[in-house]
Amino acid sequence: MMIESLHFEPLLGFGQGIGWLNVQTYWLVFVVIVVLIVASVIGQTLSRQPESAVSPALLRTFNQRVRAWWMMFAILAAGLLLGDTCTIVLFGLVSFWALREFITMTPTRRGDHRTLFWVFFVFTPIQYLLVGVGRSFVKLESDSAIWWADTLGLRGVDLYGLYSIMIPVYASLYIPARIALSGDARRFLERSAKIQFSLLICVYSLSYAPALVHLDLLTSKPAVGSNTSMSTGDVMPQPSADEEPADEELAEGESQPSTTRRHWEEGGRAGLLFYFVLIVQLGDIFQYGWGKLLGQRVIAPHINASRTWEGFVGGALTTALVGALLWWVTPFRIWEAACMAFVTAVMGSAGGMTMSAIKRDRGVTDTGTLVQGHAGVLDRIDSICFAAPVFFHLTRYFFSDFA
Amino acid sequence: MAGSSVRWVDCQPDTCQRVYFANHTSHLDALVLWSSLPRNLRALTRAVAAKDYWDKTAFRRYIAGSVNALLIDRENIKVHRSPVELMIQAIGDTHSLIVFPEGSRNATDEMGEFKSGLYYLGKKRPDLELVPVYIDNLNRVLPRGEFLPVPLLSCITIGPPMWLESGESKTEFLKRAREAVKRLKDI
Repeated sequence: MMIESLHFEPLLGFGQGIGWLNVQTYWLVFVVIVVLIVASVIGQTLSRQPESAVSPALLRTFNQRVRAWWMMFAILAAGLLLGDTCTIVLFGLVSFWALREFITMTPTRRGDHRTLFWVFFVFTPIQYLLVGVGRSFVKLESDSAIWWADTLGLRGVDLYGLYSIMIPVYASLYIPARIALSGDARRFLERSAKIQFSLLICVYSLSYAPALVHLDLLTSKPAVGSNTSMSTGDVMPQPSADEEPADEELAEGESQPSTTRRHWEEGGRAGLLFYFVLIVQLGDIFQYGWGKLLGQRVIAPHINASRTWEGFVGGALTTALVGALLWWVTPFRIWEAACMAFVTAVMGSAGGMTMSAIKRDRGVTDTGTLVQGHAGVLDRIDSICFAAPVFFHLTRYFFSDFA
Repeated sequence: MAGSSVRWVDCQPDTCQRVYFANHTSHLDALVLWSSLPRNLRALTRAVAAKDYWDKTAFRRYIAGSVNALLIDRENIKVHRSPVELMIQAIGDTHSLIVFPEGSRNATDEMGEFKSGLYYLGKKRPDLELVPVYIDNLNRVLPRGEFLPVPLLSCITIGPPMWLESGESKTEFLKRAREAVKRLKDI
């Protein structure tokens, strides 16, 4: 009995295969594949014609971008197809790599070595472990899960409470203390800030993106067809396995202030993550496009000469429009989707701007400059890092059952 | 593991006999430089390492063995078995060497003075190509006095070969060699 209970996998939701995606997500993935193929074909065709109207530098950037998107898409799709645990692990690896680039680019001193070891091998894995366990103790579905929850004294605990403060509070206090222990006082505040900031951006902020897949989403959209059966199944997760939490769940479901809200199908959670990453990327593209088309007033020439107010506003509005058009993937209604996409695009621009400032300060053009000819991972995810916590918290507060 | 990128500047991988000489800041230097060479060169290249350190434990011996290291006894040097003689014997007419002319790992940011071994190697075997190498950032991956590595990215720059000029004095040559390594830092 004991040994049988020791399986941790069901708790982490491992082994949820392809079935955890809904039809809308597949549609979105399909659309994205088609768009990417078209983009690749256009890019390749244009680069074969030496005398085209498009400038070669622009074309090279475009082709590089398309390659990066394929990569990003592959990672995301692999994660989504293999289940939520894989998604979280993959995001964890991306965090690890980005952190590597960030610290490499930022000068630290000998005295920071042990602190850096903690940052890489303790805080980063713990953060993703906490995100991975997430709400597993709230919705206990198997005997082994209940056994684990009772043993750890965590029955009914949402680890959100811990993973949302672990890095900003505990790691942020630990880092300066550990640096102080090493006995090197030179540029102390600067060094602490660098390490805290890198952990905050590369690990903490990014971890909110995969955390989306554990939210118990609610929607105000009217139920249609197959959704109804899915959502009722969602409200009553195997009452025989554990009665107590299921009862609670039902009671809460009934005491919802607005009676029109219902649970969103579980298969849509991964779709929401995909939607989020897509919106951030689209935000980048539209901002770039509008900036090229009618960019006049540069926001901050000393930080990034290509980011203009026209690009910023146009990009955010276009992203809101496209985000609204893709509302069918999400639990949001059309106007809600537009608002979420708008906020996401604004945060994404803020992220790009911040990372530009850091790179400019360090005198590099790409964070991956150390690896010749490749733009770094950090360059690709800076906007995701900034947008993820905001998107997550808005979704959690307005569109999920977080009690 | 150290995530290093390799740049060949005015120099191409070649199976001719060479002495790669580099700055020394970390225990990982020899390992990373050796593994950054193309596969066919690795079999022909031996890293020179200190016997007193690399022969101490089974794990260190395993690492040293896996990079085909040539262990030199720093404490027990005899006239007829000087390190340079041993190196020349060991490479015969096929192998290349990796040496760290600073002698031991450097704790500061500034590169130390070069020891004379490189000069004697160049003098006794004028046919050897002396190739400067600059290893960047490995001191942050595993600095002196630490045993746990931090996974930062590093960069290895391999520069144009040089030789001992006729009539060049020992100090002049060593200074020139040191400058050659230093110059690669900014390329």
